[in-house]
Amino acid sequence: MKYIIAIIQPDRLDSVLERLTEKEIHLVTVSNVVGHGRQKGVSEVYRSFREGGGLLKKIKLEIAVNDDFLEAAIEAVTVGARTGNIGDGKIFVLDLERTIRIRTGEDGNAAIG
Amino acid sequence: MLRGPRRVAAATGGVPAGERVGTDMDCSTDFRRRRGGAPVAWLGLGLAALAVPGAVAGGEPVAAASTVTAGDTVWVLLSAALVMLMMPGLALFYGGLVRKKNILSILMQCFAVLCLVSLEWVYCGYSLAFSPDFGLGLIGGLGWVGLNGVGMTPAPYAPKVPHQAFMLFQMMFAVITPGLIIGAFAERMRFAAFCAFSVLWALLVYNPVCHWLWGAGGFLCTQGGFGAVDFAGGAVVHINAGMAALAAVLVLGKRQGFPNNISPPHNLPLAVLGAGLLWFGWYGFNAGSALACDGVAVNAFLVTHVAGAVAGLVWSALDWIKFGKPTTLGMITGAVAGLAAVTPGAGFVDVGGATWIGLGSGLICWFSVTALKARYQYDDSLDAFGVHGVGGIWGTLAVGIWATQAVNPNGVNGLLHGNPAQLLAQVKAVGITMAYSFVMSYLLFRIVDFVLTLRVSAQDERIGLDLTQHREAGYTVID
Repeated sequence: MKYIIAIIQPDRLDSVLERLTEKEIHLVTVSNVVGHGRQKGVSEVYRSFREGGGLLKKIKLEIAVNDDFLEAAIEAVTVGARTGNIGDGKIFVLDLERTIRIRTGEDGNAAIG
Repeated sequence: MLRGPRRVAAATGGVPAGERVGTDMDCSTDFRRRRGGAPVAWLGLGLAALAVPGAVAGGEPVAAASTVTAGDTVWVLLSAALVMLMMPGLALFYGGLVRKKNILSILMQCFAVLCLVSLEWVYCGYSLAFSPDFGLGLIGGLGWVGLNGVGMTPAPYAPKVPHQAFMLFQMMFAVITPGLIIGAFAERMRFAAFCAFSVLWALLVYNPVCHWLWGAGGFLCTQGGFGAVDFAGGAVVHINAGMAALAAVLVLGKRQGFPNNISPPHNLPLAVLGAGLLWFGWYGFNAGSALACDGVAVNAFLVTHVAGAVAGLVWSALDWIKFGKPTTLGMITGAVAGLAAVTPGAGFVDVGGATWIGLGSGLICWFSVTALKARYQYDDSLDAFGVHGVGGIWGTLAVGIWATQAVNPNGVNGLLHGNPAQLLAQVKAVGITMAYSFVMSYLLFRIVDFVLTLRVSAQDERIGLDLTQHREAGYTVID
């Protein structure tokens, strides 16, 4: 099992979710987050004062998959979120030790999906 | 404040109404009424009072109520309520511009100043500001303390409404003026120090300045003295609060992280709603200052609206040109600047004059907030000085340029209507108000700082005032 954390542009969320659903990957958690990479952000202007723009709004996706769905998930996020511009985001893949479905108590691969 | 033939029947608390008639002659005859006939009304009132045995007991002749007109009283009471609504308006306007962790501190300060200054006004302030002069035109007496003698008979300031209605209307001005200063010291002032400062400031800064321009015998408005005019508070309210704001900024210093690491406004929609309520309340503020429901009130309503509209457009256009986008915050800030600037002239200028005043305020206030603040790096957090102070200065001077008796026969003419002396009078009033307000506010901040400590600790500032000053949070994270 793998745990995928993807940081993407907010406006690409719908596109990514659509592709994940197409590939029958359903276990997704979405959060609003702020952060920055090397490029820092565009600034906002308030009463003529340019806010430094250190932190940008991003979307964080957390996706749990069984190993054979890993490449499909990565492809869904990559294709869905890519614009070719700076700031498209990152995908991090972690090993996932256990998954337990609370309702039934199922443990392991069966709990995902 | 001159508003008219400078004849005043300076009333004295406790003196039978019949003796109040026509004792005096300064600016505040019927106060903001610029209409002849007030002294005549007073005479009739006095005679009526004398004709009713026992009616003058307690200095409150009952029969005199007959000179009050229902329409005018409705308008003044409604205007008082409109101006009161500017307090929650101001609270939302300022509250939306601070960080999440400080919103309640702003709302609380606005409400606290409403409660505190209302009491100060009833029990002391109104007398100091409006009762007959104590001498030298500097301050009113103590005759009306606790509203002694302030009843249902009209005051000389407003011959068509009960004295108490006039007092109530003025109360809201006394409340909102220290409220405006909150924008300067937002996000870093201790609540206890804030309360102490606000009451002292209302007492020692607002009341005298109010008396100078609006009180019977005030030295800035009397014809024999300076002869300056201020229809609804350009100097009394906006310059006064703006200079105090500047003093606050100098005494308190910058917020941690200013200017590069302060988060943007946390809720602009709240600020827009607040600015809308301010605009709405401003009709009471300016048109209500006619103290009657007449043509002067209508003109004030119109020019107030026009100046706000012009300045809002100008500010956002400047943002568009300089920064590439017209900002929401720029438009509402500009509107408030225009409304502030037209305040002193609302009863004296026509719609053309108001357009120029709005245009000037948009340009000048935008420049002060954009260039001046950036250049000198002072942390006037929500631009109380940059918008209200600068707008008030511009507007009070502008009366001396665009005032015309065509809209108000009992008003004045300005420079463009053949009376350059009025501009000079306005310059003097502006200079004196600025100097007094700044120096006194600075001293008061220093004194309160010495006794109570003005500023929260560095850690409390980082945690936020909501939690550290009030043990509450404006927003929950979990539903």
